[in-house]
Amino acid sequence: MSEEAKQSLEFSEAPPRVNALRRFLKVFLGRPVVVIGAFIILVLLILAIIPGWIAPYDPNKQDLSIVLLQPNAEHLLGTDALGRDLLSRIIFGARTAVMVGVVALGIAAISGMILGLIAGYFGGITYAIIMRFIDALMAFPVMLLALAIAALLGGGLVNVMIAIGVGMMSGYARVMCGQALSVKENDYVLAARSSGASNIRIMFRHVLPNCFPPMIVLMTMMIGMTILFEAGLSFLGIGITEPTVAWGSLVNDGYKYLLTHPLLSTAPGVAIIVVVYAFNMVGDGLRDAIDPRLRGTF
Amino acid sequence: MGTYIVRRILQMILVLLIVTIIVFLMIRLLPGDPILMYLTSSDLEEITQEQVDAIRHDLGLDRPLFVQYFDWIGNVITGDLGNSIIHRGKVGDDIKRRLPITLHLGGLAFIISIVIGIPMGVIAAVRRGTWLDNILTSLGNLGITIPVFWLGILLIYAFGLKLDWLPVFGYTSPFKDFALNTQQIILPVFCLAVPPIASAVRLTRSSMLEVMRQDYVRTAWSKGLRERAVIMKHALKNGLIPVVTLKGMTLAAIVGGSVLVETVFSIPGMGRLAVEGLFSQDYAVVQGVILVASIVVLVTNLLIDLSYGWLDPRVRYG
Repeated sequence: MSEEAKQSLEFSEAPPRVNALRRFLKVFLGRPVVVIGAFIILVLLILAIIPGWIAPYDPNKQDLSIVLLQPNAEHLLGTDALGRDLLSRIIFGARTAVMVGVVALGIAAISGMILGLIAGYFGGITYAIIMRFIDALMAFPVMLLALAIAALLGGGLVNVMIAIGVGMMSGYARVMCGQALSVKENDYVLAARSSGASNIRIMFRHVLPNCFPPMIVLMTMMIGMTILFEAGLSFLGIGITEPTVAWGSLVNDGYKYLLTHPLLSTAPGVAIIVVVYAFNMVGDGLRDAIDPRLRGTF
Repeated sequence: MGTYIVRRILQMILVLLIVTIIVFLMIRLLPGDPILMYLTSSDLEEITQEQVDAIRHDLGLDRPLFVQYFDWIGNVITGDLGNSIIHRGKVGDDIKRRLPITLHLGGLAFIISIVIGIPMGVIAAVRRGTWLDNILTSLGNLGITIPVFWLGILLIYAFGLKLDWLPVFGYTSPFKDFALNTQQIILPVFCLAVPPIASAVRLTRSSMLEVMRQDYVRTAWSKGLRERAVIMKHALKNGLIPVVTLKGMTLAAIVGGSVLVETVFSIPGMGRLAVEGLFSQDYAVVQGVILVASIVVLVTNLLIDLSYGWLDPRVRYG
């Protein structure tokens, strides 16, 4: 066999080179709706970081000479009952949505993951106690649980974040627990244990990182829902109060003027929908790109 | 199957126990004095510290926490959920009056989400990639996105204020005026049903697509069965298993959604009661609603889990 032929044989037998990142990007960017969603999230983040540069007016500046204006060239979406510019208020509402969404998600994900990790890793009685506690938590409707926690802790943005976070942690705990149960059976965990690693070290260095992919997908898919909960609570007037602007409370404020000024309550709702839709689509895209087998589990 | 049922019931009782402990502690952990549950702040200004202590002793609030818990749980079992500080009446009576309204709306929404959502998901999976699939999938994606309170407001605007087809608020007992009741509940039930329909469509579709790739489904095709038989008899039963799990969670979501929908449509249900209780700092009411809501969720979940046994023989014998 000539040298050349040998080489080509080697080439043909070598496994096809797969660039993980390229495959990820190809799937992730493959659907236009995912790309649009990612773009919307980018815009949302910019609005949340520098709303003051973008909003045409101060969201809380009252001007009683221009109350309840219909949309016009100066106030693109009109003004509310206190003469505040609706568009500016919606832009400032982005900050609340992002902040509550991200922090509540963080609280839910971290506490849920730690509980799930402990339950799955140790198994036995620890597993039973933690998972029954999680079952109990799941029996409470998140909305009612958040309501009760808000009652318990009093109002305020931070308490709303804790309320939503605690309400939503059960999902993370369950998925994490299932992951930990299967990951801990791997040989590398056994290897780590036989080389004398402590439980804590094995849990956080070996088990946790290998449970991450589904957790990341779950988190992305839950951001939209977290923002929906925030909107619902602020619609009810729980926790988030003036001068903080939230989309849910804007909808509620505008509800009184529905007949004459439908935009006041419907426009902030459109903002919620656009953002939640964007997060859901990016979540779907991320799931397909990271691990298509997860389809149908969430 | 028998041992499975017994095991599940025992498990539920355990979870129920934890639920009651959480609900009990929730109110005891309130900042300040638990006596606030029984006295309004204006009461506290009028009476002396000795009187407060006397009331505390009468109510048993000076005893150890676990004694208080058993006391409380004993009352709860007999249906006594404490008294409202606002109207001094029994919280249990409030809930008894309002629970049927929420169950009526929520139950209908739950049933609708099953009879509409699951077939839509199956159709989308079977007709994968067609325009029908695209429409159903898009509707599913939209449905999990729309805030229910906003949807309610939009429907009120369109069907109530502009077209004037339906009444936009209130609730009349179906036994008093069935026609009016039906008109009143159409919009709220629709709002409540949209998110669970959407999540059912999404999950049923992806779960069915997964199942339809399995070997036994290919076998069913290759032995020449009709599409109807392959889908209904072979694919559906396995495809539904994750959907049944989802349905258990749906119920809690519907109860949570009813808090919002009842607020939008001014329906005097249990969700509204919880919000009213929160704003008037009537914590016994909030506590009662949460307890009853979670019991309803747990019992329904048990029934759903038992239906697992029928769907999945591995559960029966496992």
